[in-house]
Amino acid sequence: MADEERRRERLDRGIKARTGGLYAVNSWREIGYLLAPRAGLVLVLLVAPLVVPGLYWQRVLCFAAVYALLAISFDFLAERVGLVCIGGAFMIGVGGYISGSLNYYLGLPAALTIPIGTLGGAVVCTLFWLPCLPLRGIYFAVVTFMFPFLATSIILATGLFRGTEGLSPVAGFPNAWVGIYLIMVVVLVSIFALRRLCGEDIGLVFAGVKDNDQAVLASAVNITRVKVYALFIATLIGCFAGAYISHFSGFVGVSLFAVDFTIMPIAAAIMGGPGSIAGPALGAFILAPLSEALRGFGQLRVVLYCVVLVAFILFKPEGLLNWATRKYHQFEHWVKV
Amino acid sequence: MDVIVYGLVNGMTFFLMAVGFSFVYGISRLPNFAHGALYVVTGFITWSFIENAGLPFWLSILISLIIVSLAGMAIYRFIMIRVRGMPISEIIVSFAIALAILEGLRLQGIGGFKGFIGPGYVLPPFYDGVVATSWLMIDMHRLLIIVVGVLILGCTWLFTHYHRIGLALKAMAQHERAALMIGINSDRMALVALAIGSALAGIAAIAIMPLGNVNVESGYHVLTHAIAVCVIGGLGSWAGTLLAALVLGLGTTIMSAFGGTMWNNVLIFGLIIFILIVRPSGLLGKQKELEERV
Repeated sequence: MADEERRRERLDRGIKARTGGLYAVNSWREIGYLLAPRAGLVLVLLVAPLVVPGLYWQRVLCFAAVYALLAISFDFLAERVGLVCIGGAFMIGVGGYISGSLNYYLGLPAALTIPIGTLGGAVVCTLFWLPCLPLRGIYFAVVTFMFPFLATSIILATGLFRGTEGLSPVAGFPNAWVGIYLIMVVVLVSIFALRRLCGEDIGLVFAGVKDNDQAVLASAVNITRVKVYALFIATLIGCFAGAYISHFSGFVGVSLFAVDFTIMPIAAAIMGGPGSIAGPALGAFILAPLSEALRGFGQLRVVLYCVVLVAFILFKPEGLLNWATRKYHQFEHWVKV
Repeated sequence: MDVIVYGLVNGMTFFLMAVGFSFVYGISRLPNFAHGALYVVTGFITWSFIENAGLPFWLSILISLIIVSLAGMAIYRFIMIRVRGMPISEIIVSFAIALAILEGLRLQGIGGFKGFIGPGYVLPPFYDGVVATSWLMIDMHRLLIIVVGVLILGCTWLFTHYHRIGLALKAMAQHERAALMIGINSDRMALVALAIGSALAGIAAIAIMPLGNVNVESGYHVLTHAIAVCVIGGLGSWAGTLLAALVLGLGTTIMSAFGGTMWNNVLIFGLIIFILIVRPSGLLGKQKELEERV
């Protein structure tokens, strides 16, 4: 034996060779290989609020989580169901106004108003967008984009919910930690639940609606009903974010319909990796603190952030997470033959 | 009576705001969301030429129109060309450019740049004067806006119906592959479309801005109004664009005369949503059933 022969082997070779799926896991190494990224995500999200310095950055994390929820719901609708819905601000506004006004006018506690705001908001958003569902692609996008503007102008014109002033003292959370961990857990649950849902039968139908809705229609599936399911799930997530933010900032006003809540999640989704559900959350957790750190630069912040967005669309359209996943799967190490 | 005349003027301003966007989007299917930004940029460049460089009015208008159309071409050549054919990416990219330009104009303190903030930026009107009759009092500039609008409508209509390049642009919108096959260079045509569209945005800026002052917010307003007019009127249809502009102009003027200006936006956004749901291709647009709805 002059020198022993070695070759390069991919870490996931054993798994890929058998099924290409998650299910054939028969050694601790493979379980670890599959589990490491997921456990990493859970750990990072749960530990981050403990590690960041001070109350201010904890609040920034919570805002990042709100954007993450919106980005997840945008990504699920756009990449998995084919409904490009850029009305994130409408979901935030509807959820926020429902839970905030319940607390302000009736004095209900957050434990009641958030679930009511989430469910009721999702029902309201789904009903409002139901007539738009036959629209395709860019037309659906423009319609949903216009809804928050319409809501703002109606509230300003009629003076409903005290118009421009907004409803000011909305009760906060009893404990800061409850507020923080509530949204972190919801982010985690929605990431894993949506990824799971996309692997189920209904997920296949969603993918079919995205790729070729005529074919789905031809196999006797009511696509409007399928789209309503998807829309309800996505608006549930968005309206939770809205209901949360009304209690978190203790204020409900037309600023909940601000265009930031529409643009920022899209930027996060594009940066993080469209179609991967977890990627947009990652993008939001990068972008929101980044833009907060750049707050001192004033308007330069917005400029920088647009430049980043354009650069990602032009030069890395697959996004961060899809790129990282590819690298993780392609990682090779030397083994003896 | 004056409501109708002012409504006509208002409708023409809507038309001027929308014509550049409609030219680019309706004809060559490039959603140029940087339209509002180019509009504002023209205002500021012209102002700087007049006030800082001391150039004569017409010369500074000419130079700034050239600069803006070059900027529009640069946006296409270096950025939009890479995402051609992906509508959502096109929208996001061009909107990001618009945001960067508009917020960049507000930057302060870099290289002694003070940022374009405040009410001091006012463009001079074409012709100072007031027309007063027994039943109406209107300044000359508003009447000239109608003249400019009609001129532009005529020129663009003739251009897209009789000129070689205009016809080529229409061919691209109808069927890009077929247009390529008969020798129309689609990238060059898109460059032309963006150059003309940006120049139209610039003309709109020079015509409309003397009515108020030059400010950054108007960039966003122009964008939403342009989208409103294009969507309601129907893409690629000049008659539809004009009709929608007049409807919106008269509608908002009547609204502000009787109900209060805050109902204007309700009218605009409500109409957009209603028209999109009922008839996505707009009032006079050609229906393309399967592209728009299931």
